[in-house]
Amino acid sequence: MTGDWDVAEECAQDAFALALERWQRDGIPRNPGAWLTTAARNRAIDRMRRAATGASKLQEVAVLSADHSRDSDQSGVGDDRLRLIFTCCHPALALEAQVALTLRTLVGLTTPEIARAFLVPEPTMSQRLVRAKRKIRNAGIPYRVPPAHLLPERTGAVLAVLYLLFNEGYAASAGADLVRQSLTDEAIRLARTLTELMPDEPEARALLALMLLHDARRAGRVDDAGDLVPLEEQDRSRWDRQTIDEGVELLDAALRRARPGPYQVQAAIAACHATAPDAEATDWAQIAALYGELSRMAPTPVVALNRAVAVAMAEGPEAGLALVDELEGSGALRDYHLLAATRADLLRRLARPAEAAVAYRQALDLAGTEAERRYLARRLAETERA
Amino acid sequence: MRYALLICGDEKGMEARSPEEASATLNEYLAFGEEMGKRGVLQGGERLRPTTDATTVRVRDGEVLTSDGPFAETKEQMGGFYLVDCKDLDEAIDVAAKIPGARDGSIEVRPIWEI
Repeated sequence: MTGDWDVAEECAQDAFALALERWQRDGIPRNPGAWLTTAARNRAIDRMRRAATGASKLQEVAVLSADHSRDSDQSGVGDDRLRLIFTCCHPALALEAQVALTLRTLVGLTTPEIARAFLVPEPTMSQRLVRAKRKIRNAGIPYRVPPAHLLPERTGAVLAVLYLLFNEGYAASAGADLVRQSLTDEAIRLARTLTELMPDEPEARALLALMLLHDARRAGRVDDAGDLVPLEEQDRSRWDRQTIDEGVELLDAALRRARPGPYQVQAAIAACHATAPDAEATDWAQIAALYGELSRMAPTPVVALNRAVAVAMAEGPEAGLALVDELEGSGALRDYHLLAATRADLLRRLARPAEAAVAYRQALDLAGTEAERRYLARRLAETERA
Repeated sequence: MRYALLICGDEKGMEARSPEEASATLNEYLAFGEEMGKRGVLQGGERLRPTTDATTVRVRDGEVLTSDGPFAETKEQMGGFYLVDCKDLDEAIDVAAKIPGARDGSIEVRPIWEI
């Protein structure tokens, strides 16, 4: 490594940006990992030279790729990118800091994008990143692939990173496009590598299943104009059956290990949707029960919101609205557009158009992508006509 | 990199041990010291007398204020420490996990602020 975290981070990002640009033009090189580390190293040298920090600093520019090839023998991690993610996910850092740092450093997401993925204000995220980098430097957290016996304890953070990465690609929080395919592809590729690496870890397998089950519905999710199509209106013949089958198979294999976890529950929910022949046939009672299970394992406001939606479908909008009100009363998710959008949708179903319109406007103000805003604007127009 | 490994635990529980238990613990610490000495990471370390023997000193407005015992009432007290020189945090964690006190108390791993 370069011995200077900030420089190393910027160089890695530069290298990934360069890779995306180059690979789109020239195709993916035979050994992308080596290409990236070489590119990052060259960038580091450029930068050091430009900064004219003298011969001593240049000597610190240790060779990234050499470091990695040495460590790879201990851990058996075969993918350069994945190894770098593991390095960022050191247990001496808070879990959220690990995830944020990885997204910033390796995936090159911007601080606002990460803040949005975590639903925290930008200055909070920025401070969190600064603190994490400071600790890495001051506490002597090593930049290396953890040895095999330490890999399991680092898996939780890696799974969280991959899931956030996939989510950021699946519902991009900023920009004009709803889906950033390169991010979801990258997340799936990494999850696949992780599953091969840790065949006995059911949560890794379940995460891959979860991603595939979502990704299989990609073609039905956005219409020709690039607009978001809600699940119930999607043309299910456009879903990728082969990918759904693979996802269900992976989930079954994970469940057979009889060690339940939140990714297995989420994959099971995704499988309920993906295998329903049409929207009416969806087993909402089962989905609501699974969300109940999930909220016991991972009691987060977003899970509570999803549970409210499922309950509304299983028991009626009134029951769902009561849960949404409860969530709103807690003050969590105040700036989350999907809370307002859910509220709007339930009010519309309850034939309370005036209140629904207020909630749609609120959601519109908070939504981050053009496609989401267009969808909400269309719903608002329908509500106002009604 | 140098780290202080601060051994924190419930000193009342330590005092309540039978002589046999106390001597077993002592032997564990001796074995730890020998192992880490061989490994070459140990630079020093001491056991501390309990907080009932401690005196807290503060200077306020030029006046020296002394009081009995530690200032804050906490559940765990620092009962001893080691000074180690390790390759990185992973090695320091590995060493800390081998301190007998880690099993019933906790070890705070603090990087030395090198000046």
